[in-house]
Amino acid sequence: MTDPCGGAARDEGPGGVRRREFLTRVSVALSLWGAAIVGIPFVGFLVAPLFETTEPVWRPVGPATAFRVGTTTEVAFADSSPLPWAGVVARTAAWLRRDGDDAFIAYSVNCTHLGCPVRWLPDANLFMCPCHGGVYYGDGTVAAGPPPRPLPRYPVRVRDGQVEILTSPLPITTD
Amino acid sequence: MRILRRAWEAFDDRTGLSKAMGPVLRHPVPPNSRWYYVFGSATLFAFLVQVVTGIALALAYIPSTNDAYQTLQFISTQAPFGRVLRGIHYWAASAMVLLIGLHMARTFLMGAYKYPREANWLTGVVLFMVTIVIAFTGQLLRWDQTAVWTVAVVAEQVGRIPAIGGAVAHFVLAGDTWGGQTLSRFFAFHVFFIPAIIFVFIAIHLWLVLHHGISEPPQAGRPVDPTTYRAWYQAMLEREGEPFWPDAAWRDIVFGVCMVTAVVLAALVFGAPALDKPPDPTVLSADPRPDWYLLWYFGALALIPPALENAFMIISPLVAGVVLLLIPFVSNRGERSPSRRPWAVGSVLVVCMMIATLWVAGAESPWSPNFDAPPLPAAVVAASGGPVVAGAALFHDKGCEACHTIAGLGGQRGPDLTYVADRLSPAEMTWRILNGGTNMPAFAGNITTEQLDQLIAFLKTRARH
Repeated sequence: MTDPCGGAARDEGPGGVRRREFLTRVSVALSLWGAAIVGIPFVGFLVAPLFETTEPVWRPVGPATAFRVGTTTEVAFADSSPLPWAGVVARTAAWLRRDGDDAFIAYSVNCTHLGCPVRWLPDANLFMCPCHGGVYYGDGTVAAGPPPRPLPRYPVRVRDGQVEILTSPLPITTD
Repeated sequence: MRILRRAWEAFDDRTGLSKAMGPVLRHPVPPNSRWYYVFGSATLFAFLVQVVTGIALALAYIPSTNDAYQTLQFISTQAPFGRVLRGIHYWAASAMVLLIGLHMARTFLMGAYKYPREANWLTGVVLFMVTIVIAFTGQLLRWDQTAVWTVAVVAEQVGRIPAIGGAVAHFVLAGDTWGGQTLSRFFAFHVFFIPAIIFVFIAIHLWLVLHHGISEPPQAGRPVDPTTYRAWYQAMLEREGEPFWPDAAWRDIVFGVCMVTAVVLAALVFGAPALDKPPDPTVLSADPRPDWYLLWYFGALALIPPALENAFMIISPLVAGVVLLLIPFVSNRGERSPSRRPWAVGSVLVVCMMIATLWVAGAESPWSPNFDAPPLPAAVVAASGGPVVAGAALFHDKGCEACHTIAGLGGQRGPDLTYVADRLSPAEMTWRILNGGTNMPAFAGNITTEQLDQLIAFLKTRARH
């Protein structure tokens, strides 16, 4: 193959390094550098949520007197540090069950099968999931259907007469 | 006219347009291309419709978790042409998913992926996968109640990936839970990342189509032999090839325009899917379902045995992808005609039947409790008072009716109890109610003796005679 861009004479340099080989390497290296200095912040921004941690906070959900012993009620509270534009999505619900004077249990509303919102059927004393038919007893244990484990619980406490729930990540059933 | 002609000549001279595009448009293609060659171009047309209508929708859509729902309401009900644009975007998405599936089935059945077009197939598989992802993320941008819960369902599914599941779920949600970042990221994936991938792969795919030429209609008894195929194909084109434009392209245009017309008509007549309730995670009376193209997968998730579930959710999409990518490596020579490839035809049929069956199951979703079942009417209860009427009320209130049908009312999860007394004695019914079953909660501890007696009194009356 003949060189269309001049003879080999123009492709010689000192120290045995050929000029065109040198220019190729410099160009490739510079391109990689250019891609890296733009790419690193890009990838960093993309995966940033993986490294963000949110401090859980206690959120009041109402006075203890508002919940009758033996009932399970839906309560709502704000996430730990919602962004200003999050809107209603910054809210989380829980099923709050009162077993005794200070005995509160806060169940996650997310079915452990695939996260759909379980509903409480008070007369049946069951939680039922609309998606794939998961059913839980009033104590959160699995009664029927595909859920692999009981309904997760949020930490809950009573302070100064207020029931408070500790904000927690969306419960993900991992393998 | 003369001015126009001279202007065009000057333009063409300076840009080299016809010099560049002429040979591309008029490149020879095999004769006798048929209507089944149109699905690929129609997929491309559907994608272009998506680009145009997507840009239009982006003029009004605000990808913030607080505002997106309102902007969708604005687009759907107030903005001029908004309803029809949303409708076109939805129906063209549906068409794109359907057409890319048809195109793939066609090229597989006719062995068009065989030598030398293996890379055409591989780029096509990538386009198929990202098309599913873009269709799915589009459904989330509706940002209504269903979209919010669907994000949770996705996070739960990726959460089952061994070791890194939790981190992937965190990545999908863009945080511990839904929040301000969730939607804007799905928006960026849907309108920038994935379309960019699609544009690049369409370019490669089209280049490969030009580079290798359109595959000729297969003929039984004319196997592909890599050592002679290229020479044979060239000789065939020189002997009897036809210019792509217009000899073959007219069919693409006719079919593509019919498809676009059908999409616009569907948008005008049916519109886009109605918006669900607002995206408030504390409104728990939700019933999330995917759009039609993933309804079969929703069905599969309900029907697989729980013990196999983790394996299914992670391994089956992986296996499906790997199998599709391996096809041209396993068989890139030999017969192309479907009449000589019974296994190819059989496997397409099996996949179609599987999806169709799961799709029907997903649409009916008999496993979902029927929360809206009304209390049984007096005509069904057929008693004027006493324990039978009380038992009928309990049948509703205790949640039995959510899963069991009586006289056409109720859920379908459990057996139909319209004539249960013909099958089970009161003792057997009592045992079942107290102990539960495979998919039935045990009601012992959840029902008083008196209530149980009333319920049994009612169920005893459920007989044919």
